[in-house]
Amino acid sequence: MTSSRQDRRAQLAAAIQSRILVLDGAMGTMIQSYDLDEAAFRGDRFKDWTHDLRGNNDLLCLTQPEILSEIHRAYLDAGADILETNTFSSTSIAQADYGLQDYARELNLESARSARKVCDDVTALTPDKPRFVAGTLGPTNRTASISPDVNDPAKRNTSFDELRTAYFEAVEGLVEGGADLLMVETIFDTLNAKAALFAIEDVFEKTGDRLPVMISGTITDASGRTLSGQTAEAFWNSVRHVAPFTIGLNCALGAEQLRPYVSEISRIADTNLCTYPNAGLPNEFGEYDQSPEEMGALIGSWADDGLVNAVGGCCGTTPDHIRAIADAVDGKAPRVIPTVERKLRLSGLEPFALAS
Amino acid sequence: MSKDASATFVNIGERTNVTGSAKFKKLILNDDYEAALDVARQQVESGAQIIDINMDEAMLDSEAAMTRFMNLIASEPDISRVPIMIDSSKWTVIEAGLKCVQGKSIVNSISLKEGEEPFFEQARKLKRYGAAVVVMAFDQDGQADTADRKVEICTRSYKLLTEKIGFPPEDIIFDPNIFAVATGIEEHNGYALDFIEATRRIKETLPHCHVSGGVSNISFSFRGNEPIREAMHSVFLYYAIQAGMDMGIVNAGQLAVYADIPENLKERVEDVILNRRDDATDRLLEIADEYRGAGKKRVVDLAWREKTVQERLSHALVNGITDFIDEDTEEARLQAERPLHVIEGPLMDGMNVVGDLFGSGKMFLPQVVKSGSRYEESGRASDSFYRRRESEEPQC
Repeated sequence: MTSSRQDRRAQLAAAIQSRILVLDGAMGTMIQSYDLDEAAFRGDRFKDWTHDLRGNNDLLCLTQPEILSEIHRAYLDAGADILETNTFSSTSIAQADYGLQDYARELNLESARSARKVCDDVTALTPDKPRFVAGTLGPTNRTASISPDVNDPAKRNTSFDELRTAYFEAVEGLVEGGADLLMVETIFDTLNAKAALFAIEDVFEKTGDRLPVMISGTITDASGRTLSGQTAEAFWNSVRHVAPFTIGLNCALGAEQLRPYVSEISRIADTNLCTYPNAGLPNEFGEYDQSPEEMGALIGSWADDGLVNAVGGCCGTTPDHIRAIADAVDGKAPRVIPTVERKLRLSGLEPFALAS
Repeated sequence: MSKDASATFVNIGERTNVTGSAKFKKLILNDDYEAALDVARQQVESGAQIIDINMDEAMLDSEAAMTRFMNLIASEPDISRVPIMIDSSKWTVIEAGLKCVQGKSIVNSISLKEGEEPFFEQARKLKRYGAAVVVMAFDQDGQADTADRKVEICTRSYKLLTEKIGFPPEDIIFDPNIFAVATGIEEHNGYALDFIEATRRIKETLPHCHVSGGVSNISFSFRGNEPIREAMHSVFLYYAIQAGMDMGIVNAGQLAVYADIPENLKERVEDVILNRRDDATDRLLEIADEYRGAGKKRVVDLAWREKTVQERLSHALVNGITDFIDEDTEEARLQAERPLHVIEGPLMDGMNVVGDLFGSGKMFLPQVVKSGSRYEESGRASDSFYRRRESEEPQC
């Protein structure tokens, strides 16, 4: 028997207070291991589609649903508490590359349903360790803050309103499909994320029900900034108005390079911190080769230092990495959320604070 | 110096405002956005911690102008490092601005002017965009002029925002209306004091909120006489900040240092600001002409150049003047036994003066920031000599 959404929300709130929660790992790496060809991506339904579809991982919820379920199941068996839906590119904006913009809602709905089913099955086997679905919203392949044309810095190839409309549709699909949480992730342009957060609030207003929201930014290099130029604290100031369930960082860097920024957010954010780095930095072939043991040890040290409330893996991670991470944080106390002084906190690329 | 520790008064740049700056308006109307960006950049360089952007001009498509300028600013990291104040009397223009900023901005402004419905509607939207807000002391009966009315409207707005829709009180900035004094109309004489008194009561009774205002309004009746206006701004801020005003829209590059205002002028300006005597306006007018044009003269007033090099460096630091910094530093270095003595001597002395003036509220943060950057420039000049000498004479 599956529990109700309300019950699960209470379980989630209790779980994150009592232990460090574990997210799943990379979807793309796992999908690659199946070595699917164009025909496999198309399946029966899209066999005559006008565009090439190989590489459109998000489509597999419609064309190869059992593969998706297998991967989800492998992560839960490895010890993950939270599954991310396979919807990184399931917005009408990102799917337009494949001519599939009209399928965005269905992709979100079916991916959420798929993850929901696997979670419920596993929760039934281990009722003391309930599993949760985070409906993920990726950054799209367009940015609202950066010009695509060096000769025209005021130009944009998307807008807040366009993003907001696309995200609204995605969020509706995820919620209907049974997501317990919503996750705005791999944020490299905070304005895109603000449009997603705005759309999430729109959906909450429409449905009358609020889900916990996770927000995860991406620090792209040693400058310590997002691609759109914000420091970690400026980024936090830009999104804290939605009182997210978690804030944190993912992607672009390995655990070692990410640590100073995780540490920074841990100090300033008065909510749970969730981080899921890549399996190290890519090697010369663009592959990630940090071993599960190495990654587990690095993340274990974050737990030792009280920096995190939830952890997982991004690019290059596998169920073995997640198992190592889950083992490394098992039994360790979650980060204590700091009390932060009430101040007017603003941001440009840099943070600003003014006490009363 | 961390902004967090020292930001007791926040300086909001006013020059990127078509209603307040004829120059900026002309640039925008002429489609010269490149030069308009320079105006924004100069403000940040001269110490503005936030920049106010306003495109309310009948001849403009204000929404399009706001969108374009905001998008351009996003491409200029030396400007977009600071937060933006999106300023318009039209809600559609405000929203156009909000849709272009990745940072957390301030919206200027909303009010109860049209009643509670639109006020709530707009405040709810601002929560969703994630913006702080300036609330004007304005309701359906009009703009508040007395201290009592200002406090009454701000208190009502605060309660509606925090209790009805859960707006974070620390994100509320009240603008209790700065009106011109010394206009010749007797009822206007108390306007500065009304603002200051209202500020004190608002800050005492409404937890976590902030108070701001458009400072140049106060001296509107002395249009064209910059030295008098600067003195009025400086005196007004000196008292308003003590009462709790913690932000202001000002021209960061043009603020007289309170301690440097000539005594005679200061006394008469204080009489006007604090409404200390009935003939205050007349007495300020009496001496106003003596100062008219002094702004221009002051640029070439190089009397301070006659002083000792130590005094000159100190003067340059306090007033943020770069023109002579290299030659003065060089002269001080030649006089000093070692280059380090320049840093330890005149430069430190100068910064101590700045520190004292700031500590006693006689210099405002942007001025200190400017002095700080002058110190760095001079310090760099000494430092390069120091390093060179160190390498030439390792025994030192």
